[in-house]
Amino acid sequence: MSVQELEKEQEPQHVGLGPVGWLRWAWRTLTSMKTALILLFLLALGSVPGSLVPQRGVDPDKVARLYQQNPTLAEWYDRFQLFEVFTSVWFAAIYLLLFTSLIGCIVPRLLVYARELRRKPPAAPKRLSRLPHTASFDGDLGVEEVARRLRKLRFRVVTGDGWVSAEKGLLRETGNLVFHIALLGILLAIGAGSLYGYRGNVLVVEGDGFANTVAAYDRFIPGSQVSAESLEPFSFTLDKFDVAYQVTGDKRGQALDYEAHLKVNDSPQAPARDYTLKVNDPLEINGTQTYLIGNGYAPVFKVVDGKGQVAFDGPVPCLIEDKGSMTSGCVVKVPDAQPGQLGFLLQFLPTSVPMTDGTYRSAFPGELNPQVQLLGAFTGDLGLRSGEPQSVYTLAEPEVLKKLKPLLMGKDVPKPLAVGQSVDLPDGLGKLEFTGVKQWITLQTAYDPGRLPALLAAAAAVLGIALSLMIRRRRVFVRVGGGRVDVGGLTRTEGSAAGFAEEFAEIVQVLSAGEKNVR
Amino acid sequence: MSAEQLAELSDLFVVAAVLLYVVAMIAFATELAFGRARPGKAVAKADARQPVAVGAGGAPAVSESEPAPAPAGAEPPRFAAQAGRVALVLAWLGWAANFGAIVTRGLSVDRWPWGNMYEFVVAISFAAVSAFLITQIRHNIRFLGGFVMVTAALGLGLASKIFYTAAGPVVPALDSYWIAIHVTAAIIASGLFTLAGVTGVLYLLRGDGLSRLPSREDLERVAHRAIVFSFPLWTFAVIAGALWADRAWGRYWGWDPKEVWSFITWVAYAAYLHAKATAGWKGRASTIVQLVAFGCLLFNLVGVNIFISGLHSYADVD
Ligand code: HEM
Repeated sequence: MSVQELEKEQEPQHVGLGPVGWLRWAWRTLTSMKTALILLFLLALGSVPGSLVPQRGVDPDKVARLYQQNPTLAEWYDRFQLFEVFTSVWFAAIYLLLFTSLIGCIVPRLLVYARELRRKPPAAPKRLSRLPHTASFDGDLGVEEVARRLRKLRFRVVTGDGWVSAEKGLLRETGNLVFHIALLGILLAIGAGSLYGYRGNVLVVEGDGFANTVAAYDRFIPGSQVSAESLEPFSFTLDKFDVAYQVTGDKRGQALDYEAHLKVNDSPQAPARDYTLKVNDPLEINGTQTYLIGNGYAPVFKVVDGKGQVAFDGPVPCLIEDKGSMTSGCVVKVPDAQPGQLGFLLQFLPTSVPMTDGTYRSAFPGELNPQVQLLGAFTGDLGLRSGEPQSVYTLAEPEVLKKLKPLLMGKDVPKPLAVGQSVDLPDGLGKLEFTGVKQWITLQTAYDPGRLPALLAAAAAVLGIALSLMIRRRRVFVRVGGGRVDVGGLTRTEGSAAGFAEEFAEIVQVLSAGEKNVR
Repeated sequence: MSAEQLAELSDLFVVAAVLLYVVAMIAFATELAFGRARPGKAVAKADARQPVAVGAGGAPAVSESEPAPAPAGAEPPRFAAQAGRVALVLAWLGWAANFGAIVTRGLSVDRWPWGNMYEFVVAISFAAVSAFLITQIRHNIRFLGGFVMVTAALGLGLASKIFYTAAGPVVPALDSYWIAIHVTAAIIASGLFTLAGVTGVLYLLRGDGLSRLPSREDLERVAHRAIVFSFPLWTFAVIAGALWADRAWGRYWGWDPKEVWSFITWVAYAAYLHAKATAGWKGRASTIVQLVAFGCLLFNLVGVNIFISGLHSYADVD
């Protein structure tokens, strides 16, 4: 059935048919090609804000910043779910309507298709000269011979009294249906993945380990059907992390390669094995993938308090402030220090160089001359016991910070410390020692059972659309008799008339000369 | 040759390609300006030729359009046709220089030469010219030549002036065989979409009357053919991108801005194909849809790289 015909059938009926009539009208309108077209436009239009407004799932920090900078605007964005466009109600409404429309259009077309599969090509028209492509030549071909030659060209052939009718290209419709059904398949696979899959992020410092449990993640986003026990029970430790940097030329300082050397236990019983995790090459354990997605520095500090006790000793993951030089901001909180809690703000410089104004900067992202610049040391209640969640990257909320007593700040801070150096706090409150440098990596673990189905459906879609667009449906009619052969042909595929002219000429050639003489 | 020399050679090739494209454009324009004018609608060969029913029902067959008979008027001067031939030769030379630029760049950096915006635009210009020249082998679409040449020359010019990035390595995320699969498909599809876009603009510029451009039907057909080839390729490119994202970022689809705009582009071209199959949307309306889709493609290529930051921020433009 042709599109135009489908549409004619789907013209709205007379109104006043009662509820059933209205329902029918609604269904026909929804499944008409014009509605599909409009819904396609809406889908494209609806995606636009998803790229212009920061998305919670992609960049939560940016969303938070917008709330700070422009709360009114952020409120309005939130009202229209613009921070979660792709999971919003209105976006779902568009694509669910589109897919309903798609189903409503696939089903009748499948029926038509099934009928067409079985139906024979129609009889040849009386006057072939009315067809868009025609040719005649003298010859004494019989109907059977014509049919044989056309079958050789993979036409479906019907013969009658003095005529042959042949058809080819049903694969076009096949491809089109496969494509549209595959689109449904992709949607279902994505849906299944989001119900039964999960995603988690975790930061691991060199020397530390990770076990795949919900509690071990810094951020865990499960599908609604995921239970905590279903996580694949693997674990690993990060032995060492290596980065190679470009050292010369314009791109000096650009990362060239990342390698995380892991010791992996595929299950609690399994023996440990070495594994090198790289970008573009996740660690896969039973369908659960672990990806290397970020890295940074974790200088190691030792804090001795006013009573001479070691109150803190360990690596502190620092937040990258400048990607090019890997200058990083660090926060050390020492709630166990006596007599008062201690807090430090520092800056880590992987390759520290002095500037003319007496300050220090990092000149290279690699660890060539690692130093930490103390920015401030404080004592007082850090507010850690309030029960509120705390960020490890900020010392304290502004109101808490105001109540802290600065020990060292501004001009009092010493020059940057090299590994092994320390700074003494005034009033015998203790000292901070910079004892070494480690690195951290961030990992993403993902389990998505919809991956493979989605891939298969996507492959089917590509194949289907290629068939649908490349193949043309064409018919060839032949009438023989009286020493003449008349051939007529037509294609019903949009825009392929020019290409068909050549094919038609070839067919005529085969008919007039026999397939042996062609090609 | 050292990497630096190869990189310099590549830059020279780009300059040569721009010059050749510009001269070819002038030659194409000469042919078009002094060539023969054609009426706005393809003249049907015979009015008696009615569409014949095929298939289950009665879709009108697309009737074959013959070159329209020349309207009464002067024969075009001989040099017009000669200019056309010269233009083609120049275009092929420019194409070769463009190709040389890509190959030498690739050799100089020892990786696939489409790791940043500069390299990407150079490659798309090449793909657009290739699409034109290869189609031209079998079908006469010389009338498009001047416009394709302008587009390619502008593309290369913009690339060298604004997006230029010195030859160098790429970040580790781009160091993958997927770049060969995903980006190559995207480049070829973009080249064909560009051809369709140029044709679409001509369609809108051309009135219904006598013009030196081919009939609107012919223009529409060229654009449709190009999109029929590029749409499956683009579909494939997007899916290959998803596969790569699955390897690199741990999810195959995450609505990153680049992904969003690839999707929008894809939906917009699907809308074009639907428009072509919808009564009342053929011709002008579907051409506008096509150009909107092309706009989305360009925005994805240029706008997203420059204005929006995301995981895909590899363009290396400041
Ligand atoms: C997710 C949304 C959809 C996409 C991406 C899509 C894509 C396509 C593509 C690329 C074609 C090929 C056009 C051609 O043959 O020239 C096509 C054809 C078609 N689509 Fe869709 N489609 C979608 C939804 C729908 C829906 C909802 C309907 C039903 C109302 C529909 C009905 C059709 C029909 C009837 C054709 C045949 C056109 C022809 O044979 O020329 N499509 N579709």
